[in-house]
Amino acid sequence: MTTPIAPPVTADGCAAPDQAAPLPLSVDLEKETVITGIVLAEGGDPVAGAYVRLLDRSGEFTAEVVTSPAGQFRFFAAPGTWTLRALSRFGNGDAQVTAERGVNQLSVTVSS
Amino acid sequence: MSRDSSLVSADWAEKNLNTPGVVFVEVDEDTTAYDGGHIAGAVKLDWRQDLQDPVRRDFVNKQQFEALLSSRGIANNDTVVLYGGNNNWFAAYAYWYFTLYGHGDVKLLDGGRKKWELDARPLVKDLPQREATQYSAKDQDLSIRAFRDDAVRAIGVQNLVDVRSPDEYAGRLLAPAHLPQEQAQRAGHIPTALSVPWSKAANEDGTFKSDDELRTIYGDAGLDDSKDTIAYCRIGERSSHTWFVLQELLGKKNVKNYDGSWTEYGSLVGVPVALGDEPGEA
Repeated sequence: MTTPIAPPVTADGCAAPDQAAPLPLSVDLEKETVITGIVLAEGGDPVAGAYVRLLDRSGEFTAEVVTSPAGQFRFFAAPGTWTLRALSRFGNGDAQVTAERGVNQLSVTVSS
Repeated sequence: MSRDSSLVSADWAEKNLNTPGVVFVEVDEDTTAYDGGHIAGAVKLDWRQDLQDPVRRDFVNKQQFEALLSSRGIANNDTVVLYGGNNNWFAAYAYWYFTLYGHGDVKLLDGGRKKWELDARPLVKDLPQREATQYSAKDQDLSIRAFRDDAVRAIGVQNLVDVRSPDEYAGRLLAPAHLPQEQAQRAGHIPTALSVPWSKAANEDGTFKSDDELRTIYGDAGLDDSKDTIAYCRIGERSSHTWFVLQELLGKKNVKNYDGSWTEYGSLVGVPVALGDEPGEA
């Protein structure tokens, strides 16, 4: 048996890294604007496997990740206003955030 | 090429899971998605480990590609249906790659993994058993692949299409926003490149927009059909998605994917770079 290893958060490729992994030590929070949180169903349970889209101030797609088993998502953006849009089998939902450098947390609730 | 010959729907796929001669192939960079559940019978290709040379920055060569497909049990006359995560970015990359090496019948599953999951269609963990084949590839078809010198020569002359997000185009971000932003290359875009993010071509569920909508998007952006076209992004997979739209869905001629893309161009010494939301001057 081999132990599964979480893919490293590097920018060599383009796939989204493991959304449940801790922030790597190489991420400099003085420079990075991290937008992170949880997708919740109407009853408050986290939604795993939801697709979370990060839209810029004009509503244009910037990135998309799939939530972890605990419903977590994480983006590396820039300071400013962003919209998060979550799609799931349980319905969709939106949330807005005005992000600053460092870690910005919020949740997105989906409903059908 | 056209939508009918290059794209299949999730409904078609579900009805043809057991059709002889049809091979489903999931292509991802992070293959843990496949391991957690995939379309029944689908074989796995790892974008990085299987399709990139482990030492040089380039694709696997013809012999390596032949060995790869032979070991996966894919034959020359199989219909290969590609799908994957990230809105089919890496599946589109593999589609371009299969086309580059001359595979006869290759198709993309509309909406990829996302549409399949949102539809709650079945996924399995069983690994397929396929007998090895003797796959024979053709030489690379360089009419669909652009290199850095092609990109430089295209400035102000051909259609250059930058398919990254608007913030990457303008130089406000250096990578897609699910990745850390510390990067070696310079920010910005190739001067005179049009900004048409790949995402304009896709619906929220990852399926492609209609041909009429697509023609309007690229027409309004200023794509000149009398000129050859080079699409690029950061590492060449999102631009494969746009290459697929322009050449395979809309049937445009002389469209190339610049797979070196911004990670190469943005690291070149002495080439021009434009900043901001406008294409800039040649």
